[in-house]
Amino acid sequence: MATTTYSTENAAGNLTARALREGFYAGLVAFGLFFLFVGLETTQNIRNELVLNQRWGLLAIFVAVAAVGRFLGVLYLQPWIASRKAARAAVVDKAAPEGFFVRNFSKIAIVALVLMPPVVVSLVGVQGSLKWVDNFGIQILIYVMLAWGLNIVVGLAGLLDLGYVAFYAVGAYSYALLSQHFGFSFWVLLPLAGILAAFWGMILGFPVLRLKGDYLAIVTLAFGEIIRLVLINWTEVTRGTFGISSIPKASVFGIWSFDVGAANNFAKVFGLPMSSAYYKIFLFYVILALALLTAYVTIRLRRMPIGRAWEALREDEIACRSLGINTVTTKLTAFATGAMFGGFAGSFFAVRQGFVSPESFVFLESAIILAIVVLGGMGSLVGIAVAATVMVGGTELLREMTFLKAIFGPDFTPELYRMLIFGLAMVIVMVWKPRGFVGSREPTAFLHERKAVSGSFTKEGHG
Amino acid sequence: MSALETNAMNQDPILKVEHLSMRFGGLMAINDLSFEARRGDITALIGPNGAGKTTVFNCVTGFYKPTMGMISMTQQSGKKFLLERMPDFEITRDAKVARTFQNIRMFSGLTVLENLLVAQHNMLMRASGYTILGLLGFAGYRRAKEQSIEIAKHWLEKANLLERADDPAGDLPYGAQRRLEIARAMCTGPEFLCLDEPAAGLNPRESLALNELLRSIRNETGTSILLIEHDMSVVMEISDHVIVLEYGQKISDGTPDEVKNDPRVIAAYLGVEDEEVEEVIEEIQEIQESDGEQGGKH
Ligand SMILES: Nc1ncnc2c1ncn2[C@@H]1O[C@H](COP(=O)(O)OP(=O)(O)O)[C@@H](O)[C@H]1O
Ligand SMILES: [Mg+2]
Repeated sequence: MATTTYSTENAAGNLTARALREGFYAGLVAFGLFFLFVGLETTQNIRNELVLNQRWGLLAIFVAVAAVGRFLGVLYLQPWIASRKAARAAVVDKAAPEGFFVRNFSKIAIVALVLMPPVVVSLVGVQGSLKWVDNFGIQILIYVMLAWGLNIVVGLAGLLDLGYVAFYAVGAYSYALLSQHFGFSFWVLLPLAGILAAFWGMILGFPVLRLKGDYLAIVTLAFGEIIRLVLINWTEVTRGTFGISSIPKASVFGIWSFDVGAANNFAKVFGLPMSSAYYKIFLFYVILALALLTAYVTIRLRRMPIGRAWEALREDEIACRSLGINTVTTKLTAFATGAMFGGFAGSFFAVRQGFVSPESFVFLESAIILAIVVLGGMGSLVGIAVAATVMVGGTELLREMTFLKAIFGPDFTPELYRMLIFGLAMVIVMVWKPRGFVGSREPTAFLHERKAVSGSFTKEGHG
Repeated sequence: MSALETNAMNQDPILKVEHLSMRFGGLMAINDLSFEARRGDITALIGPNGAGKTTVFNCVTGFYKPTMGMISMTQQSGKKFLLERMPDFEITRDAKVARTFQNIRMFSGLTVLENLLVAQHNMLMRASGYTILGLLGFAGYRRAKEQSIEIAKHWLEKANLLERADDPAGDLPYGAQRRLEIARAMCTGPEFLCLDEPAAGLNPRESLALNELLRSIRNETGTSILLIEHDMSVVMEISDHVIVLEYGQKISDGTPDEVKNDPRVIAAYLGVEDEEVEEVIEEIQEIQESDGEQGGKH
């Protein structure tokens, strides 16, 4: 913070004294800051009277954290950082050969994901696995898939889309409505939902893609809101804010069903005890397959002329036109492809929840998906998957932190701090790694050797 | 020299600009300009800063829609295109006119090789059945892909960039980026190549390498070149035909020698007032006479 004069104070005793002094000051500042904020609280009692609560214990915790933190920081953390900096300067970019784990990260991750449900079931039992497979596994994978889909638009083509959730909504409502009205199964409607979303992507794209940068962002944001408002107000079809409930479940390709009454119920056929966990495990594999499909198509498309044109578009649109590339159709294909994966994810969302309502498709969802793409490193599939796991998994973990109630009192609900922590994490990551977790870019073709392109050369796109 | 032979054979114009005008608000950036570029020639477009050279380029390549006038391009096959009616990307794709920019426009986050592959987008798109056949792994696409890499390699060699093929384009020094931009334009398979100040900012050695590249493009592919250039030594050395612009109007048109001795050109370059042009003309004639007596050549 304030004092950064290392050179004169080298002796260890000196350092401890300084640490003590600064710790004391930090405690003092914290006391001054938090005295009114934390130490005193006003609430209304049952007779509507204003009551002043005194929370000296909590205030003491705050002050102690600040003082001890500053003390330890000065005494240990700062010298450690300084020595690390010196060590790193000495090594000078001698990148160590990547370890086995880093090189094969994606393969290991896929195998781990495939094995996860059986392992979890064997550890915590069928009923206990619900939380891990559903709240963590499926939830994270949905966001991974959405972020990978948006990555095509934002990360590759460089088109800032703030209304991606609209396509998610189109996919979800396509499945919800068509399955209820026409009784089509999930496996028929999944591709159809993707196609419908892609179609809407084109419809939106046509007028919008003449715009650039901020203007494009604002119009896509508006489009997302329009779709949501249509869903709310077109009550004859969508039932407005009530949403559509009792959406049919998916089946294992029509062979085994998960409906409780059905003759070919999965648990019945295999003589297992009835549990909704089997359905969730099945859905886990479905979303895993869908997400991997998204990744596979993205990887393949990047090496095709169209994918290269997307990235070229991100780098310089005018140069693209000077090379004879029709930028309008190129942008449209990016938009439609991204929207299609959003539609797939949407229909999966509907089948998983069994209920859709416009509330699930608010702007905040678009913002979270975009944040994941940016945090992960635009264009990098691995980075985005890591970002989704950290961000979505982290916020899910908050629900688990009931022990915090012991510290902050029984009415403390950690979930409420979700967005606060999310925002804080974004600021930290962006300061620490401005290009996201994986800032470099894999070239799509090479002559002599494949060298990753440093993030300092790639552009973010401006339209 | 093969260039001379092609010149002799093809004296038909590849590009014909007629009564071209371009107005920006109250400014007439180009005023009733007409000129021709002959097939197989290197035609230079010169003139002081702000004369409207880049604007002419932007009109020819479709980045600006001219206020008035006609720009027609005739391909080797005899096919004719009215460029002022076509959108920019079709001018490159169908009429086969490629261009570079005064301020280099690289795909700096793509590698050098990828830059050249992007330039072959249309060919590769067709070969990949607009992505669908390519995704399914058809052999036709694989062949086209290998061919596109061969083409890229050819131009990398010409531009002397082969060793840097896998580096990010943004990592190249300025002169190499200029050459890469030209190589990239050539990868679109143009019949007519427009270069906007390719030698600007180059050191003498890079400038020489550039001349070499331009000559080999003209001689080996028969591509006609329209060149904006400030460096008179480059213009005089490699161009077959020079057009001089000032304030959006053509003030001279001819071989390098003719233009060099045109008093209006000299006046324009020296920045002389209109009334003084007469004096300058006399002075120049005197100089030329004394030159002639010495038998010296420029
Ligand atoms: N897009 C534009 N909008 C307004 N004025 C322009 C535009 N492009 C060029 N001009 C003006 O046209 C004139 C010619 O510019 P330019 O063609 O760039 O000259 P140069 O011969 O140096 O390449 C200049 O006065 C310039 O300011
Ligand atoms: Mg210019």
